[in-house]
Amino acid sequence: MNVRVFDLAHSRTGDKGNTSNISVICYQEKDWEFLKRELTEERVAEAFRLIAKGPVKRHEIRNLKAFNFVIENALGGGVTISLAQDIHGKSLCNVMLAIELPNYA
Amino acid sequence: MTKRDTIRIGSGAGTSDDRMVPALELAARGGIDYLVFECLAERTVARENQSRVKDPEKGYTPSLHERLRMVLPTCMKKGIRIVSNMGAANPIGGARAARQEARDLGLGDMPVAVVLGDDVTEIVRGMPHLKLMENGEPLESLIPKLASANAYLGADVVSAALDKGTPMVMTGRVADPSLFLAPMIHEFGWSYDDYAKLAQGTAAGHLLECTASVTGGCFGWPGVKEVQDLARNGYPFADAKADGAIAIGKTPGSGGRLDVMTCTEQLIYEMHDPKAYITPDCVLDITELEFTQEAPDRVRVERARARPRTDTYKVTVGYAEGYIGEGEISYGGIDAVARARWAAEIVQERLRLRGFTYEDFRVDLIGMTSLHGDDSRRPEPYEVRLRLAGRARERKAAHAIGFETRAMHMHGPGGSGGACEPRVKDVLAVKSVLLPRHLVKTEIVVEGGR
Repeated sequence: MNVRVFDLAHSRTGDKGNTSNISVICYQEKDWEFLKRELTEERVAEAFRLIAKGPVKRHEIRNLKAFNFVIENALGGGVTISLAQDIHGKSLCNVMLAIELPNYA
Repeated sequence: MTKRDTIRIGSGAGTSDDRMVPALELAARGGIDYLVFECLAERTVARENQSRVKDPEKGYTPSLHERLRMVLPTCMKKGIRIVSNMGAANPIGGARAARQEARDLGLGDMPVAVVLGDDVTEIVRGMPHLKLMENGEPLESLIPKLASANAYLGADVVSAALDKGTPMVMTGRVADPSLFLAPMIHEFGWSYDDYAKLAQGTAAGHLLECTASVTGGCFGWPGVKEVQDLARNGYPFADAKADGAIAIGKTPGSGGRLDVMTCTEQLIYEMHDPKAYITPDCVLDITELEFTQEAPDRVRVERARARPRTDTYKVTVGYAEGYIGEGEISYGGIDAVARARWAAEIVQERLRLRGFTYEDFRVDLIGMTSLHGDDSRRPEPYEVRLRLAGRARERKAAHAIGFETRAMHMHGPGGSGGACEPRVKDVLAVKSVLLPRHLVKTEIVVEGGR
């Protein structure tokens, strides 16, 4: 069945310059391997295609049952020159949480 | 002064606009030994540098006065030492302002140790070949419009300032976690070869540097991640032991939430490679780090690791980059989105006809596209607020955006409402360079006392 990242994990967004970092932290240990398999850099890049040029890099933090996605060219040039309302991109974790993933058993 | 085995370091501000009362509650009820106020965002020092140019007494964080008026009596009575980067672009000015507040409060002559040396504007002005970290280009083209250049100093110099024994240490730019690590180094004499302890202290500092973001702020979600009593959210503290043991807690009796989930979100916040979080004190690795809920609202931090600090300081370079202009107007009811999109075209055509050009331009339909882009699969909302924004070299061009947007009341599609006044702000942009450590000369000056 399909599942949303939201159903399995929580998330927060940080910013440095023009780069956004978005954590994905599993509620339950058992879902980490599933997310490792399905929540790929490609899927995340696709979900953010209207927002960020990328590239997207995924870091694994197994010990905290978490991932850290680092998305470059995501903040309209960076907080100091961005024309966006959300200059820090703090709302971007919601795009991550809405991603739907297949094959959840 | 007798050395202690455990100290408690409180976090009193995570930005210059942070709430103030929770810091007083932490000082009054939290049993803390140190209170740290972190008040500088990336571009704040550049902004404050402009204030100092206008008035040499200014250039420190403007909220310093209100913040210190609130906490100084309690901190002085209880012997809580204050560490803050509210000195911004003028740490000496900040120290003098703090001393004046102490006098006005009847607290007498309060000496303040001041950390100097983060201002490297003149040094980088002579180094046009330095590479910008963002795009690899040389610094050269920014030098004519340079507003400031400040190195992120580390805990070593702040700790040396604490060694002076003053009730307060005032700094300019210091890396956020370093402000919290400094009291640990000062009290416990940790060496810069002791990577395990530096790692623990740096992780603690990173968890504390955004105050309520580790105690339930920026976290709650109805029905999923419940947080009690957010209107009375409490600020956090760290209990640090000489052997590097760290536990995070928060003001007793305050609202909010502190557990492994809130700590994990805040730990990863603003981090890129979890094996290499670079501060001036060490290169932190959190991939083996463990959180344990020791008690309600109390989390133990273990097994942070680190490698040696790098031989450079990160320097934030601030420079003037023109003006951003904005306008907004609302559309509701039948065909609201179509009328808003039409108005956006008219405004842009009008700006072209007037001969204005923009380095960047943006159209938002607030309620539909402003946060996450224009996805045609989304349903149309009942009402939208049209927003146009652009960055221009000329102030006049920036102002015209709001002017022409407001003119849609009279000259645009039917049934608009509620345009705002044209908005213009001057832009202080920032970029970063790395500067060899040996070029940065730090100094500690004590204002007042004997």
